[in-house]
Amino acid sequence: MSKTIKLKKGFDIKLAGKAEKQLVDFKRAKTFAIKPADFMGMQRPKVTVNEGDSVKAGTPILFDKAMESVQYVAPVSGEIVEIKRGEKRKLLEIKILADAEITYESFEKFTESSLKTLTKETAVALLCKGGVWPQLIQRPFGIVANPQDSPKAIFISGFDTNPLSPDYAFTLKGEEKYFQAGVLVLQKLTSGKVHLGLELDAEIAPVFANVQGVQVNKFSGQHPVGNVGIHIHHIDPINKGEIIWTISPFGVVQIGKLFIEGRYDASKIVAVTGSEAKNAAYAKTFIGACVDTLVNGNIKNDHIRVVSGNVLTGEKIAPDGYLGYYANQITLIPEGDYEEFLGWLKPSSTKLSFHKALGLLSFLNRSKEYVVDTNAHGEERPFVVTGAFEKVLPMDILPTYLFKAIVSEDFDEMEELGLYEVIEEDVAICEFIDPSKNELQKLVRNGIELLMYS
Amino acid sequence: MKFLQNLFDNLKPNFEKGGKWEKFHTLYEGHRTIAFAPDLTTGPRGAQIKDAVDLKRVMITVVIAMVPALLFGILNVGHQHFLMSGEEATWLDKAVIGAISVLPILIVSYAVGLGTEFTFCVIRNHPISEGYLVTGMLIALVMPPAIPLWQVALATIFAVVIGKEVFGGTGMNILNVAMTARAFLYFAYPAQISGDQVWTYMGDKTPVDGFSGATALAVAYNAGVEGQPVSQALAEHNTVLGDGLFSFSNLFMGWIPGSIGETSTLMALLGAAILIGTGVASWKIIVSGFAGAYIMGLVMNIFAVNEYMAMSPEYHWVMGGLAFGIVFMATDPVSAAQTETGKWIYGLLIGFLTVIIRVTNPAYPEGIMLAVLFMNVFAPLIDYYVVKANKNRRLQRATV
Repeated sequence: MSKTIKLKKGFDIKLAGKAEKQLVDFKRAKTFAIKPADFMGMQRPKVTVNEGDSVKAGTPILFDKAMESVQYVAPVSGEIVEIKRGEKRKLLEIKILADAEITYESFEKFTESSLKTLTKETAVALLCKGGVWPQLIQRPFGIVANPQDSPKAIFISGFDTNPLSPDYAFTLKGEEKYFQAGVLVLQKLTSGKVHLGLELDAEIAPVFANVQGVQVNKFSGQHPVGNVGIHIHHIDPINKGEIIWTISPFGVVQIGKLFIEGRYDASKIVAVTGSEAKNAAYAKTFIGACVDTLVNGNIKNDHIRVVSGNVLTGEKIAPDGYLGYYANQITLIPEGDYEEFLGWLKPSSTKLSFHKALGLLSFLNRSKEYVVDTNAHGEERPFVVTGAFEKVLPMDILPTYLFKAIVSEDFDEMEELGLYEVIEEDVAICEFIDPSKNELQKLVRNGIELLMYS
Repeated sequence: MKFLQNLFDNLKPNFEKGGKWEKFHTLYEGHRTIAFAPDLTTGPRGAQIKDAVDLKRVMITVVIAMVPALLFGILNVGHQHFLMSGEEATWLDKAVIGAISVLPILIVSYAVGLGTEFTFCVIRNHPISEGYLVTGMLIALVMPPAIPLWQVALATIFAVVIGKEVFGGTGMNILNVAMTARAFLYFAYPAQISGDQVWTYMGDKTPVDGFSGATALAVAYNAGVEGQPVSQALAEHNTVLGDGLFSFSNLFMGWIPGSIGETSTLMALLGAAILIGTGVASWKIIVSGFAGAYIMGLVMNIFAVNEYMAMSPEYHWVMGGLAFGIVFMATDPVSAAQTETGKWIYGLLIGFLTVIIRVTNPAYPEGIMLAVLFMNVFAPLIDYYVVKANKNRRLQRATV
């Protein structure tokens, strides 16, 4: 039964620098990197290649000793040029110098009809071996799924409401066949349903239009309505002891390609966005690409921050840093490391705020696209204002109480107040609007780790 | 503003680790962040941009919302002064006299309160928090105009230390800090903060014959005891100062004796409009607070055994500090209920209790102070049940 959910709470952050719907021919990156820190829940990463080895796209380069069957593979073919380690030999990056022409490891191929008779064991084995398994994320906790589990449902969100997020209708154009194949594979993994969340009253992207074997649920509202966590909460909420898997539409397509084409295809279209991008558009690249070719020559000035991902949940990277594993956009925004005379008092219609406190005038023009820099606009403070988080989190969860339970490390409270239902991205909007400037995403991850490892 | 920035930069080494004033670095940072919004940027992971709001802006919004009450209070203190002495005076004279009486109280409240706060920040190595911006103003506005300044200082120190800092500072307190100051005076120096003579600033003048400095609440209470209809008692009170001192419209406007900022219902409502319009205070608490007082007024009417109980409920809105208390005290987010459902209950009960205390308790003519403090204590209990209901919904879902 398809469901329609209308949500009132939330806040859309409208920023300048939306990507034009055109594919610009940026030079392809020379190097690519896989960063273990992108994979939540990875406990003991172990590299299986050495510097100087050559790899194909799909060659295993890394696994987690705590979950050995899941292979993390090279996104492109080439030579392993650096295995970068930090303090205490912590693995930071595995860097690959890419070949001009990508060559692929070959895996077993299926046709659409043979996919229907696929067994769960074969599917899981190929997903793990073929490098696409890490696209499956387990809720609770937001960690890479465990192949031995059987989730009660699988959720896909077909729209992204994060600031300047890419349009799937554009990035997944022509991938209908693979998306459908991916869904067929996902069906084998769960005893329950595969859910696809779409935006109510919006044009349906062709990639999702005729897909079979999913329950389509429609949602309306403001960000974070596109977050898969919100969909789960309203459709089939997670209770203690239950497991749900989530996957991005790109992940589904990648699975489809693995099973139909028999190869690990890490190519993806990412959005180059942000107010400081001269040319905000889409670029074709691969997972883990070095962003220098997207940034150099494409920025309005030097004093900017490059964000892998969107501005709410993304990560600051160097201008020659690497795209995160799950990122489908980069955002270029001004750095905000300046002092402003009486900046806390001045009225302003150019500063974006969810609030309407004295002098914050952005509420008068909610349709305007704002240029927002990285200034924190204040120091960290204890929780004082109440009722604000509650207005932007469209879940039956009391965010302030949940955060306080984590601060006080009260395990029972964390569980009872719903920590199984949220991960960082769900509270990112709370972190944005918080007048006390707490790092709430980090706090939620700390809470999750307390629950996981205790 | 470069010169100011340079000044701060030049001073900075003294406050850094190893500098001669290292211990006071929190004061340095506190002042610098008031002059300049800091150059802090977002962290490498998580939200890369942040909302333009900060606590300083939230707090200053509340202060601005209290400015009408302060200005009116200054004027009214002058007005009452000349009414009392029976002299003719221009509005300017009234404003000057009012300022002479009120500003020292305001200055003492801020100076002593901030001093206490700074001391704690230095000792505890806390950043200076913005909370006192609001508290300082509130304390001054709930003082009677004739209060000795040393009492203001003492109450302020008590409120900041016992009301807030012992709990861990801003955001951690259980009781509203300004109400704590008022309650301290009430119980420590009852002679000076009750009775008929403290609500009007006397200065060196003597009152006209037949003058009574009693507040409307006291008049209403006595009317109840003596069996005279309250509206009649209010109308006949203090006719020596002219007719209609305690008429409904005058009570609403606030040209009556009382604490500095609390007399005018109109100014409190103006403040409420600012607070609600900017979304800084909870409209739920304000609406349910007024509703609670009215409902309890009606209930009193039904069971009326004396004239005070039979009084028209809307009088409760305009007498005493109810409006001021609900708008500025009850809405303090730290000491109020924190859940949205809880806020309705919390406001409603403050309204109920205020009227009950006013009408039935002979010792305290004003109920709002005790009602707010009492509900501050009970707010966590209200929230406890609201939170529990949320947990239960989650738990029930699991077993279905």
